[in-house]
Amino acid sequence: MSNGTAAMQEGALALKPGYAAAGTVEPRELHAQVDAGAEPHHDTASTIQLGFWLYLMSDCLLFAGLFATYAVLHGHTAGGPTARQLFDLPYTLTETMFLLVSSFTCGLATLAMNADRKQATLGWLAVTFVLGLGFVSMEVHEFAHMVAIGATASRSAFLSCFFTLVGTHGLHVTCGLIFMAVMMVAVAKKGLTPTNRGRLNCLMLFWHFLDIIWVGVFSLVYLSGVVH
Amino acid sequence: MELPKVTRHAPRVSQHAWSSPQMKRTSRSRLLRLILPLSATLLLSGCHWAVLNPAGPIGVAEKWIIDTAIGLMLLVVAPVIILTLVIVWRYRASNTKARYEPDWCHSTKIELTMWGIPVVIVCFLGVMAWRGSHQLNPYHPTVLSNVKPVHIEAVAMDWKWLFIYPNHNVAAVNQVAIPVGVPVVFHITSATVMNSFFIPRLGSQIYAMGNMQTADNLVASAPGTYRGISANFSGGGFSGMVFHVQAMKESDYKRWLAHAAASSKTLDVKTYLKLDRPSSNVPVTYYAHVDPDLYAQILEGKLAPGRSLAMKATTLTSGGETGPIGRD
Amino acid sequence: MFGILSLSDIHYHNPIIMFGVGLLLFVIVATLATITYLRKWTYLWREWLTSVDHKKIGIMYMILAALMLLRGFADAIMMRTQQAMAFGPNMGYLPPGHFDQIFTAHGTIMIFFMAMPFIIGLMNCIVPLQIGARDVAFPLMNNLSLWLTAGGAMLVNVALIVGNFSRCGWVGYPPLSELHYSPGVGVDYYIWALQIAGVGTTLTGINFLATILKMRAPGMKMMRMPVFTWATLVTSVLIVAAFPILTVALGLLALDRYVGTHFFTNALGGDPMMYVNLFWLWGHPEVYILILPLFGVYSEIVPVFSGKRLFGYDSMVYATMAIALLSLTVWLHHFFTMGNGPGVNAFFGITTMIIAIPTGVKIFNWMLTMFRGRIRFETPMLWTIAFLITFTIGGMSGILLAEPPADFVLHNSLFLVAHFHNVLIGGVVFGIFAGISYWAPKIFGFKLNERLGRAAFWCWVIGFYVAFMPLYILGFMGATRRMDHYNVAAWHPLFEIAWVGAMIIFAGIILQVVQVVVSIRQREQARDLTGDPWNGRTLEWALPSPAPAYNFARIPVVRDRDAFWEMKQRGVELKNSTFVPVHMPRNSATGFIIGGFAFVMGFGLIWHIWWLAALCLAGVLGTLIQHAFNDDRDYYLGADEVRRVEDLHGRVEAGSV
Repeated sequence: MSNGTAAMQEGALALKPGYAAAGTVEPRELHAQVDAGAEPHHDTASTIQLGFWLYLMSDCLLFAGLFATYAVLHGHTAGGPTARQLFDLPYTLTETMFLLVSSFTCGLATLAMNADRKQATLGWLAVTFVLGLGFVSMEVHEFAHMVAIGATASRSAFLSCFFTLVGTHGLHVTCGLIFMAVMMVAVAKKGLTPTNRGRLNCLMLFWHFLDIIWVGVFSLVYLSGVVH
Repeated sequence: MELPKVTRHAPRVSQHAWSSPQMKRTSRSRLLRLILPLSATLLLSGCHWAVLNPAGPIGVAEKWIIDTAIGLMLLVVAPVIILTLVIVWRYRASNTKARYEPDWCHSTKIELTMWGIPVVIVCFLGVMAWRGSHQLNPYHPTVLSNVKPVHIEAVAMDWKWLFIYPNHNVAAVNQVAIPVGVPVVFHITSATVMNSFFIPRLGSQIYAMGNMQTADNLVASAPGTYRGISANFSGGGFSGMVFHVQAMKESDYKRWLAHAAASSKTLDVKTYLKLDRPSSNVPVTYYAHVDPDLYAQILEGKLAPGRSLAMKATTLTSGGETGPIGRD
Repeated sequence: MFGILSLSDIHYHNPIIMFGVGLLLFVIVATLATITYLRKWTYLWREWLTSVDHKKIGIMYMILAALMLLRGFADAIMMRTQQAMAFGPNMGYLPPGHFDQIFTAHGTIMIFFMAMPFIIGLMNCIVPLQIGARDVAFPLMNNLSLWLTAGGAMLVNVALIVGNFSRCGWVGYPPLSELHYSPGVGVDYYIWALQIAGVGTTLTGINFLATILKMRAPGMKMMRMPVFTWATLVTSVLIVAAFPILTVALGLLALDRYVGTHFFTNALGGDPMMYVNLFWLWGHPEVYILILPLFGVYSEIVPVFSGKRLFGYDSMVYATMAIALLSLTVWLHHFFTMGNGPGVNAFFGITTMIIAIPTGVKIFNWMLTMFRGRIRFETPMLWTIAFLITFTIGGMSGILLAEPPADFVLHNSLFLVAHFHNVLIGGVVFGIFAGISYWAPKIFGFKLNERLGRAAFWCWVIGFYVAFMPLYILGFMGATRRMDHYNVAAWHPLFEIAWVGAMIIFAGIILQVVQVVVSIRQREQARDLTGDPWNGRTLEWALPSPAPAYNFARIPVVRDRDAFWEMKQRGVELKNSTFVPVHMPRNSATGFIIGGFAFVMGFGLIWHIWWLAALCLAGVLGTLIQHAFNDDRDYYLGADEVRRVEDLHGRVEAGSV
């Protein structure tokens, strides 16, 4: 055997310990017998996690763009209703609590998942789902009320960016709910498989991320809107 | 290239800030023609080089910055281009006599120089940018003297320029007369989309935007007719949005104002709305008895919402240009 | 039922448009007929359209880009012709409304659907090979990115046939792009084409970041990565950072147009300046998203064709990062003339100039790499030398524009147009051609015809100077951009010269088309049997050409920069004796289907066919969910199969079993 082949194989060998973990994360029954002799593939779970983080960062910048627009335009009420006239702080605070508590129950679902308790995971996910649904419904109700009193998105630049910023967050939560529903079906059907665990981790990251964004929305839009 | 006489004696320019450009101009012009070899063959006479042949102190100062910056950069760029060619030729593969050092890839000294040279040049250019931005700020250029300026209001419309003389209650479309040697403050807004108010031979342009007012301070040093344009695309009739600046002696300027004031046309909200219909290549028109509130109303957008969409899609007929230039 | 779409939206009465449409339809029908005649539909579907192999996706990106180059260049020729004609009494052959669509389409297509796909195509073809990876991190998402980009490109071209394209320039500034001033569907085509393609690009950025951070071969530390990989990494960071802002800007514009909000209108508190800021907050990093990968390409080519190590690798890497960081701090130089205070203007002018420092360092690095080398003048190197000289001139005009007072008289003029074509053609386009001619043997398995390549090179370079130097002069003469007509006699000869330049470039493009055809026909003579036709330095040249589906039979170990060069120095044999099964991603139609749905959804939104848009959105969601429940996504390629393929390339050690 030549020098070079040795070098190449040294690589393959050197790889093994690093990749061994991957094998335990994602054992595939189908491939079990092949795996033994195969060069293990990359650590997909952590790559997916990284990819999802990167997506969250890009999403975060999307919100940054909307926040910046709100910061610039929030004073442009064009003679229409102002933040102080429109916002009902106790109502929004209740709404906020729904999301904050849902983030907590989402964390409990993670713990249950890590403890390998499928039913508990599903249960906490269901609680989270209901709380998230409550949040979205309250937001829809708030929007409907504002539209009813004539404070529509086309009334002023301030209302345009209010509806867009808050609405985009609401849309994200709705997507999160769809994601969650799909995951509940997946877990119920297939159990806490490594794939499902990876995806649940992403879902939870997403949910906490939306929570953090909401804290920003609540402070910048509602609190400072009423205080100023 | 014969230097334009107008820039020689720009009478009301304060001399301290830009005295150097006056002296260096000749050599810089020569330098410029070196990097633009095509120009020599084209035999263009100087007056076509609007930006490089300024007719006012703002333009002169800006030209000085252009010349100096190009000169400074050429100090690096010219050697780089020549050296590239020399290296490429000298170290061609067929030239086996040239030294060959396949593994040489680092030299702290060279790398420090490499970072250093552009840093030095950028320092010079940066100082120029800082000083130039302040001295040539279109709102308050410090290169102009404190002579009481003439006020003119400029409105960008679809697709023509309306100039209102608030102190004389006259207005003109696509023509603006200014006295030579006196600073002129243009207050600029748009009755429509974003445009850019630009008279290349006088200097600085600035955007014209709806519901907003920008300002541009300019001076003409010599009598003449200077082309003015919108330098920001604003729709179908954009190319026909040309106006002319008539820089004239004080006495001629007074006569021009009197001529405009004698116009049979008046400008009130009603005639303004008529003028506001999209049209292009509009012939020069003078207006007397301009509604004193008109400009303020345009600026506040009070005259805009009345316009219907249908009006926007009408056929343009004025100024000899025919054919549909409606939008979409 | 069909929203605002009616038969009158198809311009069958306009001969110019119908000629273009006819040509387009002819090409499409001819292509489809040829595929049917050759019975290649199944092959095309199984091996290409649904492929998750990064090399095939890269090739498809580049085919898309090449087609869009032809479309965008046709627009360029039309503009040049109009401006060469439309002086004085001659109004030219294009009415303003049509001319405006052409320059808008030219800019949009060249940036989003020519330059970006070419660059992403090159990244796809090369980066995984350079880092010793089997594929990208998310192969299926890669396929999805391709089809979203293709969907956006299709929308721009559908605008040619049905309705109009935007008339607001590629930047689409409001209020001109608002419903009030642009009531048709043109701007909507622009918005949705860019939004759909933009999602694809963002996903690509995420994908390559994860790939480069996670999937490098053992031993390949960050500071051992090839410079092209570095450039891709930094570009991906910029993509992930910048594209969301474009999404916001276009999203808000769409809301203004569809829902009647007032973000950028003249009325009710809207502020068009906000769009301008958001657009360039994306737009300036985008400039570097375009140029940085090509800086990477040049950094690969110069050492190989000089037979020398890259001079100042560390400087190169830090310069790349510095450029990326600074690119986020300069956006305001696109509108010095919007009435900002002098301090603000000066600040952004100076940050812009500072970018010249790392860029200058790169130029010096390339020069010093050639210094005391043995330079071979093959096409990749020719493009690189032309780039060095052309880009330096473009950089100089760029710094001039960064002086706010100079910009006050040059902004939006043809000087600006000449400047950015100088850096985009001289930097990006030359780099793309350099990269393609350099990596063609690796990507396609054979070298491109050298003689035709050289001829095309000279046409492009000479054509570029003849076409754009007059525009610099025109800028100094006070000629602004986007004019469909002018009355200044002195400008006319210069526009005519520019037209001649465009024609010379046209000849270059024709030669390139011929070059591709001839190269394919003579591929057997030009086949690369060694895998290393240029005496390369990086890992992709360690593979046979073209690389097998799984890339590396055994993942290599990296000991130094220029990994493959170092292996050659040690006399490493590329043959293997033992083989292992390789884990492979399975092809999937998911990306294609979602891309198709996105395209039709865009069409529905543009024409207000709400049911169709809703149906497609449901289709996208449904496909995603269906895919989530699909577990059959990968398989193992058996060791015997790997051995068989390696044997075809002569990479099996004699005597081994």
